[in-house]
Amino acid sequence: MVLEVKKPRPVWEILFSTHHTDIGLLYVYLALTAFIMGGALALVIRTELFLPGHQMGLVPDSTTFHRIFTVHGTNMLFLWLLPFASGIGNYLIPIMVRYKDMAWPKLNAVAFWMIPVGMALIWLGWSDTSWYGYPPYSTIRAPGPAAEMWIFGLKILGISSILGAINFVVTILRMKHPDLPLMKIPLFVWATLITSLMILVAMPTFAAALIMLYTDRLGVSGFFNPAMGGDPIAYQHLFWFTFHPEVYIFLIPAVGMVYEIVPKFSRKPIFSYQSGVTAFVLLAIVGFSSWAHHMYSTGMTFTEKTVFMVGTLAAVPASAMHVFNWMATMWGGRIRFRAPMAFAVGGIVLFFFAGAGGIVNTAMPLDFLTHDSYWVVGHFHLFVMGQITFSFVGFLLYFLPFITGRMYNERLAMVTFWFMFIGTSLIFLTQHVTGLYGQPRRTFDYVPVQPLIILNQISTVGAWITGTSAALLLANLFHSVARGKPANMDDPFGIGEKYYDYARREPHH
Amino acid sequence: MGHATIEWVYVAVVIALLIYVGADAWNVERKLDETPPNAQLIKVTAQQWFWTFEHENGTQEIGQLHVVKGVPYRFEVTSRDVNHAFNIPDFSTLIDAVPGRINNVWTIFDQSGQYLIQCREYCGFSHYQMRAKLFVEEPSSNSTSATKPVDLTPSVGATALTG
Ligand code: HEM
Ligand SMILES: [Cu+2]
Ligand SMILES: [Cu+2]
Repeated sequence: MVLEVKKPRPVWEILFSTHHTDIGLLYVYLALTAFIMGGALALVIRTELFLPGHQMGLVPDSTTFHRIFTVHGTNMLFLWLLPFASGIGNYLIPIMVRYKDMAWPKLNAVAFWMIPVGMALIWLGWSDTSWYGYPPYSTIRAPGPAAEMWIFGLKILGISSILGAINFVVTILRMKHPDLPLMKIPLFVWATLITSLMILVAMPTFAAALIMLYTDRLGVSGFFNPAMGGDPIAYQHLFWFTFHPEVYIFLIPAVGMVYEIVPKFSRKPIFSYQSGVTAFVLLAIVGFSSWAHHMYSTGMTFTEKTVFMVGTLAAVPASAMHVFNWMATMWGGRIRFRAPMAFAVGGIVLFFFAGAGGIVNTAMPLDFLTHDSYWVVGHFHLFVMGQITFSFVGFLLYFLPFITGRMYNERLAMVTFWFMFIGTSLIFLTQHVTGLYGQPRRTFDYVPVQPLIILNQISTVGAWITGTSAALLLANLFHSVARGKPANMDDPFGIGEKYYDYARREPHH
Repeated sequence: MGHATIEWVYVAVVIALLIYVGADAWNVERKLDETPPNAQLIKVTAQQWFWTFEHENGTQEIGQLHVVKGVPYRFEVTSRDVNHAFNIPDFSTLIDAVPGRINNVWTIFDQSGQYLIQCREYCGFSHYQMRAKLFVEEPSSNSTSATKPVDLTPSVGATALTG
């Protein structure tokens, strides 16, 4: 914030700081770096698939291609989505609950500094297990030490997110200002609280699964190896028990950010605070009831499939309640379409398509059409790139004057938005059709028939457009941090309403 | 909250829609899950990176499969090494091939021609080209050769294999 810009401090002072605003910004820098690096890999994947066959010179062989999408996926989920949400949380939660810092500042710093270690393991390991690391491939066939480094990298990231979550829960529940009742805290704080609680329930399961995977690789156990009496499907249950809820862990902070943006730029109070809280709680509970919808095709009985279909459908109304809440807030509001609002609304549109596609996957007979095809790639990217990344970028722009005291270039930001919106739609809406034509996911090449070639080319062009938008965003950030116009700190977006009450912020200690 | 009613109506509509989708899916899946009793058995074995098929009469085929139009087939699918998935995109047939397990799926091929069988679960180096050819023949013919003219549908698999 203004303080930081006015008084430049030596880098080491920031690196060794335990102050929540410093840690928060470190998280944000790391996340943005990961976003750009992971995005570069996405462009390589899409460029390879522009034409059928092997594009000489770009990706040497299929194993390299598999390594690229493994690192792309792992990186985007664990080094872009999670750290960005933690960063904003670290910066804002103490301010929002009116406490001087996080409950345990040193633990907070430790949790952050584990992430670069995990990141190094994942990028240097360059594993080819795919981000889900299903055995037996990951235990008997995947080359080491890549797979080991991937396991340890994820292990460290998991521990870091558990430590971070404990800190958030304690800060919010115990350190909250006594004058501030739980039902008055901003919805973003609710989002962080719910996410952290979900992490505490879900993550330990995966931590156990990773250890079992590792001992299986060493050959000392055979949990997932049928040759030693194990069952590969058991891993899938452990994995999805963590990672289906995890998609809500990725999603909910983004929802919380949209709740910050939409009412402000609609210049209207939120339509229903209670409904927002209720929907968060519902999502957290129901998020755990649906994990095995990723596993219909593993040979489940009809009853099992039915149970998980019902569990999955049950999560839909809660998401729909959030969308309703946003629309009802915008309805009749005096909307100001500055870039943060554009990103939030664009994200909501893509969220709607992602949700509609998700219902198709849930309906058991249709899942056999879409499962493990490009349909799924299109569907989940509409969430992670569409809804979540759009909300994050919107929030970043919204947040920028707050931390730097400077304004980004509005016109460039709107161009960025349109590039990103059009690009993302081209890539991922198209991929739904690619999937219906039968193109499997995680594929280095495809059957050279006309429809598939054209569909893949549209996706790739979309990816280049999205890549351009990311470059524009970066340029805008660098430019505005160095040379942007000073923002009007009371009301940087001309909304006619006070911005964050940053004066309450505690000084560095 | 004065504005709660409209939200309740909206949530009710969403839930009604989901119940409809769920019930319909349940009903269709219930029918699809029942293998016809007269179905012919084909044992499918996946391994890195090809498919082996064994007919009821003991005939084995590697990398290709001949079936007859209109006859229901039941596939018993398993794997020798890592996970694969047995997929015939043109007939929406999909089931994982998991080592140590035998999974079942059944289909009637209602159109003759040549189609694509592919692996849909990531299985390593040659996953992307773990393919086999499917020949669906008219019931009258007793030839197993694929060289005779067939009724080619303009499907992905057919075009890929003939083009
Ligand atoms: C414009 C941006 C992006 C493009 C063009 C892109 C493209 C791709 C492609 C082509 C794949 C391989 C799909 C497959 O064959 O299964 C992939 C996989 C994946 N992507 Fe992205 N992606 C983008 C952004 C993101 C973001 C923002 C996230 C998460 C936050 C993400 C998460 C993943 C994950 C988890 C996988 C699965 C990797 C695996 O199969 O192991 N991607 N992406
Ligand atoms: Cu395979
Ligand atoms: Cu495969």
